Parts: sequence; C-alpha cells; structure tokens
Amino acid sequence: MPATALAFLLSSCNRGILDPVGPVGAAEKQILINSTAIMLAIVIPTMIATVAIAFWFRRGNKKATYRPDWEYSGAIEMVVWAIPALTIMLLGGITWIGSHDLEPSKPLASKVAPLKVEVVSLDWKWLFIYPDQGIATVNQLVVPAGTPVSFRLTSATVWNSFFVPQMGTMIYTMPRMTTRLNLQADRTGSFNGLSSHFSGDGFPGMQFQVQSLPADQFAMWAQGARGQGPALDGRGYAELSKPSSYVKPMTYGAVAPGLFDAIVANKAPPNPVPPPEHNQPVLGSKA
Amino acid sequence: MTLFGRLTWDAIPFNQPIPLITSLVVLLALGGVAVWVTRMKAWPYLWNEYITSTDHKRIGIMYIVLALLMLVRGFADAIMMRAQQSLAIGASQGYLPPEHYNQIFSAHGTIMIFFVAMPFVIGFMNFVVPLQLGVRDVAFPTMNNVSFWLTSSGALLVNLSLFLGEFARTGWLGFPPLSEKAFSPGVGVDYYLVALQISGVGTVLTAVNFVTTILKTRAPGMSYLRMPVFCWTALASNLIMLAAFPVLTVVLGELMLDRYLGFHFFTNDGGGNSMLYMNLIWVWGHPEVYILVLPAFGIYSEVAATFSGKPLFGYRSMVFATLTICIISYMVWLHHFFTMGAGGDVNAVFGIASMIIGIPTGVKIYNWLFTMYGGRVRFTVPIYYLIGFMLTFVIGGLTGVLLAIPPVDFVVHNSLFLVAHFHQVIIGGVVFALMAGYTYWFPKAFGFTLDERLGKAVFWCWFIGFHLAFMPLYVLGFWGATRRMQHIPDPSWAPYLNVAFVGAVIIGLGIVLTVVQLLYSIKTRDQRRDITGDPWDGRTLEWLTLSPPPHYNFAVLPDVHGEEAYWTRKQTAIKMDQLIAEPDYKPIEMPLNTPTGIICAFFASVCGFAVIWYIWWLAVLGLIGAFAVFVWYAWQDEHEHIIPVEEVRANARERRRIRMEHLHELSQST
Repeated sequence: MPATALAFLLSSCNRGILDPVGPVGAAEKQILINSTAIMLAIVIPTMIATVAIAFWFRRGNKKATYRPDWEYSGAIEMVVWAIPALTIMLLGGITWIGSHDLEPSKPLASKVAPLKVEVVSLDWKWLFIYPDQGIATVNQLVVPAGTPVSFRLTSATVWNSFFVPQMGTMIYTMPRMTTRLNLQADRTGSFNGLSSHFSGDGFPGMQFQVQSLPADQFAMWAQGARGQGPALDGRGYAELSKPSSYVKPMTYGAVAPGLFDAIVANKAPPNPVPPPEHNQPVLGSKA
Repeated sequence: MTLFGRLTWDAIPFNQPIPLITSLVVLLALGGVAVWVTRMKAWPYLWNEYITSTDHKRIGIMYIVLALLMLVRGFADAIMMRAQQSLAIGASQGYLPPEHYNQIFSAHGTIMIFFVAMPFVIGFMNFVVPLQLGVRDVAFPTMNNVSFWLTSSGALLVNLSLFLGEFARTGWLGFPPLSEKAFSPGVGVDYYLVALQISGVGTVLTAVNFVTTILKTRAPGMSYLRMPVFCWTALASNLIMLAAFPVLTVVLGELMLDRYLGFHFFTNDGGGNSMLYMNLIWVWGHPEVYILVLPAFGIYSEVAATFSGKPLFGYRSMVFATLTICIISYMVWLHHFFTMGAGGDVNAVFGIASMIIGIPTGVKIYNWLFTMYGGRVRFTVPIYYLIGFMLTFVIGGLTGVLLAIPPVDFVVHNSLFLVAHFHQVIIGGVVFALMAGYTYWFPKAFGFTLDERLGKAVFWCWFIGFHLAFMPLYVLGFWGATRRMQHIPDPSWAPYLNVAFVGAVIIGLGIVLTVVQLLYSIKTRDQRRDITGDPWDGRTLEWLTLSPPPHYNFAVLPDVHGEEAYWTRKQTAIKMDQLIAEPDYKPIEMPLNTPTGIICAFFASVCGFAVIWYIWWLAVLGLIGAFAVFVWYAWQDEHEHIIPVEEVRANARERRRIRMEHLHELSQST
C-alpha cells in the first residue's frame, strides 16, 4: 500500500507545471521548489515544536515546570520577529528578481526569430491567428519546438486566461485590451491548454491542444494549411464567434489581415480576404 | 402585465427538481418551526428576548444562529459541487448542467463569506467585546439590532433566489463583463448585488458601532494596553470593515448603474473598463480576509492563555502585529491579478508587500507557542482547535506566500491549488477559531457547557475532513486543474476528486455532530451547569459575571488594574480569601427593546426584492417604509428603562455568595 501511494505521488510529478517543456515553465518550477524548501525549513520545525510543547506542557505532566507568570522575554521576541523577517527578505529577493526575469511581456533570449501568434478568446473556444503565415486555427496551437513564441492576446467576449501548464505563465485575455506573453517549447509533443478564468456556461469546454513540432515540420504544416479549408473573413468570423463549446480543432487557410486589431478595437472584422500570394489554389466560395 | 415587473410564474423552477424540492423542504421546515413556536406559546418570548432585543449578547447569539443556518446551506452547495466533480469526468456530464453548477459555486462562496463567516465573527464580537471591556452594551444598541436584521435581509434574498428565479452564475465576486447585462441578462446577478448592498449597510453600521464602543466605552482603568487581545483584534477588524466595505458598496453600486441604467463603468463598449472592477473589488476583497482572520487570531489568543493557565506571551508584540496586519492588508490587493500583465515592478512590489504580512502572522504563531511553553495545557476542545489551527495554518501560510511570488502565481493562479490555499486559511484559520470560540463562550451565553467528547469528535471530523478534501486539490493544481469546472476533462484526476468528496462527507458528518452535540448538551444541561460563571478558570472580564450574564452585564462597572483584569482580581481574592468590599449599588439605565430593526429590514427586503424583479412601485413603497421607520424611531422620546436598585443588589448579592463558595474551593485547592 505505501509503495502504491509513493508510486502514485511520483507519477504525479511528471505532469502539468511540474513537468515543464520550456524555459519559462522550468524557471517557474525552480522558483516554486526553492521557495517551498526555504519555507519548509522553518515550517517543519515550527510544527514539530507546536506538538512537542503542547504535549510536554500538558497539565498532567509533573516533570514540566509550570511558570504561571512568564509572559515576556526580549531575546525570544527578537528571535521570533527575526525568523519570519529573514525568511521574507530572502523570498522577497527571489520575488524581485523572478518578477522581472519572468515578466510575461519580456521577449525570450534566443538566436531564433520568434513566431508571432495572436490569440483571441471567444465564447467558448480559442482562436489562434498566425499573422506571418496568414493562417488561423481554433482550439489547436501548433508551434515549432525550440522557437520562442510571441503572443498578443485579447478577448472578443468576457475575460479568459490563456494557460498551457507545461509551457508556464498564464495571462488574462481581456476585451478591448491586448496582453503580451512569450513562451517556448523545447520538447516536441502534445500539451494541454485551457482557459483558467471562468467565463460562463461553456467554460469547461475551452480546452485546446498545443502541438509542438520540429521546426521543419512546423514550416511544412503551415505551408500545407495555407489556402486549405475555409477562410477567416468577416462572415467566417461572425459564424465562429457564435457561442459554442467543446469545439473540435480546425484550421483556416486564410485570414483577413488586421483581424486581431479589429477585434481589439471592437470594430467589424475587415473584409474580404485578399487573394493569396504565390501559386496557391484559389480559395473557395467563402472568400 | 408590468404590475409585477419581470416576475412571472416562470420564475419558479418547476422543471428543476433539485431547487424545487429543496425549496419545499425549507418551506416545510420553516412552517414546522412556526407551528412549534406557536404551540409552545414562545412568540412573545422570542419577540421580547431576541427579535427586538437591544442586548448585545442576544444579538450576538442571533448572528451565530444565522451563521450556523447558512453554514448548512453553504455546505449543501459544497457537497453538490464535490459530487458533480466526482461524476462529471471524461464522457459523463454529471447531474448538474452548467447553468445550475455555476449558480452553486457562486452561491457557495457568497454565502460562506458574507452569511457564515461574517455573521459568525460579528456574533462573537457582539457577545464578547462589551463583556471583555467591562461595559453594559455597545455604543449604539438599537443600531446594533438594525445591523443584524439588515444582514439577515441579505441572507433571505440570497436564499429566495433558490425558489424564485436564479442566483448569479458569475462567481462570488461577480466579475464584469460576464456580470454585465449583455452577458448575464437574468435576475441572478441582481439578487447577488441587491443582497450584498443591503447586508453591506448592516456591516458598515456594525463597524461604526464597534469602533465607537472600543474607543469610547471601556470600564474604568481599561486603558488601550490593558484591553484583551480579542478586543484589539476586533478593533482592527472593524477599522478594516469601516474602510473597506464602502468600497464594496461603491463598486457594486457602479455595476448596478451599468445593469439598471445603462451606464458604462465596466462594459466592453462605451469606454467601460472591467479592470477597474477587478481592482476595486479586491481593494475590499483582500482586507475582507483580515476582517475574518484577525478576530480569529483574537479567539486563539484568549484560548491559548486560558487553557495554558498563563498570560498571553508577548502581549504588546501581539497588539503591534495585529495593527501591522490591519494596515498592510490594504496594500496587497493586486496580488489577486498578477496575471493581468501589470509589469514586473508592480507585480514585485505587491508580491513583497503580501509576503510582509507573513512576518507579523509568523510572530503570532510563535507567541501562541510560547504561551503554551511553561504552562499547564488543558487539552479541552478549544485547545484541540488551537493546535489543529497552528499545524494547518503554517502550511496555508506557506502556500499563500507561494501565491504571492508572481512567477509562481503565473502557473497556479485560479487553479485548484489556490482553492486549496484559501480553504486552508479560512477553514484552518477562521472556522477552527469559530468552533473554538463556540465551545469556549457557550457556557457564558447559556449557563452550561457543551459536551466535551462530542466536541472532540466534531474537531476530528473538521481536521481530517479538511485535509482529505483539500490536500488532493493542491496536487490537482500542480497538474493544471483550474477552478469552477462543471466538467472534468482528464479521467486521471478522478481518484483525487473522489478523495476530496470523501473529505467533504466527513466535514458534513462534523456539522451533523455539531447539531447532535448541541441537542445532547441541552438534554443533559442539568449535569453541566456553570454555577460560578467561570467554568474555564478564565482571565478576562466576561468570566467575572454570571453565566448567562444579566442584561446589564455588571452590577457595577469593574475597576481594572493591569492587563488581565479578572485574573488579577481573582488572585487577590484567593490570596485574601475574600471578595472586594461590597460596592454601593445604583439603579441601572438600559436601552429599551425596539422593533425598529426588524421592521426596517422587512421594508428593505421588500424594496430589494422589488428592485431585483423591476417592480418599481413596490421598490418605492419599500424605500419609503424603511425610511419612515427611522423617522418614527427618531421621534421616540423613551429609549431607556431603569432597572431598580433592589433588583441589581439582589442579583449581585446572589453572585457574590456563589463566588465566595467558589473562592473557598479555589483557595483550598492551591
């Protein structure tokens, strides 16, 4: 039984924020573990002392010295103020440095140019626009491994929060406002993403998948997606923004330029989608 | 048909069995109680001794009864949520559709904070503070009664939403734009807003009352630094209330203007900004935590000193720590939304400010520890709660400091880790204190003690139940589980959610046992009478008077010498083997009963109900009615009655006789 419990606990460490796939998540996990360790160093002795003192000074214990008037000791007072104060000074330092290093809008240091992704939370699904690739996806975020991703985020409805636990930092998406976030996946694979700010009845269905592909495969995917499937123009966006939940992942082969900024400005999405560059097949009737 | 505004037969949830059956059961229970009270011919007693009473002790008891009733409601919500999350995993959608589940978690939070924790804490302040200060009542006794009934009016409206219409589906803080008319057109958010506005008036009046009472009315010789620590924490708590609740009134008022009159404070269009709401609600919301937890710390301090048979260690240090927390509690609100993207400097400053609160709190933990050190600790129920609290709260503090570190918060914000954290500090910190205080002061209120064995069983239910219910949520938080999920996507979370459900069931057993303990203790009250008025060998002035105390508390206001007013007096008496010389008794002037509170709250409820349903003529009538009651009260000439000196003297002599017998026992035992 204890062995199963232990195995269970250990398996629980290979998940979510304890199993980061990129530099942001890894740094945050490190701060989490360091801070916990620092605090446990005083919390555990305090817990033991609580039980030990209460037990030793129980009324029935004849060996314990009763000091009915003992109510002050300057030395002890100094120590009990000093212990939490020193701990908080140490943690305060970690906080100051960590808050600046891991500020979500700060670009990640990398030799590779970041991929730009624009994120829009809708009722109740996620829209990911790739402005440089001219494509968009719903409830599926495809990123190249080892490449920083620079997100601009907003909401076309109420607040949500964009969160991929294994990549790190979450950030709010808010209507009429843009937030910025920089993340990176070093590992290839598939990771869960979700909204972590309650947004109404369809909220639990706002799950999405992050696909982290090798850089060349990502380029192939983007190339292949371009021009394929429906286009995200005014009509397509109007259709997409109708409330729906548990939406299956899908891809748009073209996106009206400036759509993200139009959503932030609360203006009607621009129309129509311009004809694609290069020799792509002409878009379907929706264009 | 606009006579009844939005109110139609559709408001009654005929198609939803759960609220419908619950409403019927509640109505039947209320009817049953009414019939029983009628048959016992107890209406005049209830009316004179409780409903219209201006006695701070009676009002305190009513607050605590309200809190316990609402605890049952809030817990019913909790167990339904846990059941849903255990069932709605993977392919299953469980038994609660989102529109129902979302009302439940919103109601759970709203009820537990506003109508359980607040009235419970305010109930203790009512009952205990004037007794500990050695005075006869609060500064404004009628206003005190009005405060209670306005709080009850809010509780009534929240519970009415079960039967008529719906409750908010926007969480306990009603964030816009989700709570704006565009996204929540129903009556749910209006119920939430109106109920909190009415009870909020009651809370502000309470704060005015208690700040005045503590600053201006204390027994002779009771200087600030001789006040019991519970009074200090009550003062700090009421100062926070006085400063924070008006912010709540304003921010909820702004949302009402948006919803009712088409304003644009927080809307997506027209220049509204929902970030403003987030800031304002937390400018109230974070200090609110300290409104609850500071009096809890006060209760632990009283319990620690009494049952260790020692003065509180580092009294001045405790007072200083309390006031430090009181002030810093206003400067940390932004830590509730580090993920809004305010920037590294802002986040770091608020993160560090939040951690600094950990310093005075840590000091308090050590001071309770050193209060027990060198003592003779009696392992009574309140001491169980104290030790249970110290063990639980340090972990809750640890996870709280983690949440205050912005880069850590970036990955656990809004997660079940957060849910586990705040339940750990509110159950482990506040609820444990309330249960300790309930056991500690019960004999003072009713003249007999609660059953010890059942009390310990209740403690273990809360202690074990809490850990089973919330420790798994910390783990799930690490896995990326967020809060307020009507459906769980990942089947591997099931074992943890099932353990949490079992924990909730054990807490439920604890609540049932609390009722059993009360009934059993009432049944066996003759064997557990508190004759002396001092069942625990207490140290503060509430133990000087009889249990239950007379309406006027003290025949003559006690003279206070030193920090532990009653202890000093008791020790002198034991040493001399005699009581202080009999004082010169005088007639006592006490406030009269008044129906102002309940009538005013009746009209406030009518007005609130009408506003929720857009029945404007009724809203105007309700408002006029509530105002007219105040005017009527203001025109009354007689507010006090005189208790004749003979009655005071007879009561006091009886008390002295009992005291004298008790004193002989004590001096023989030492």
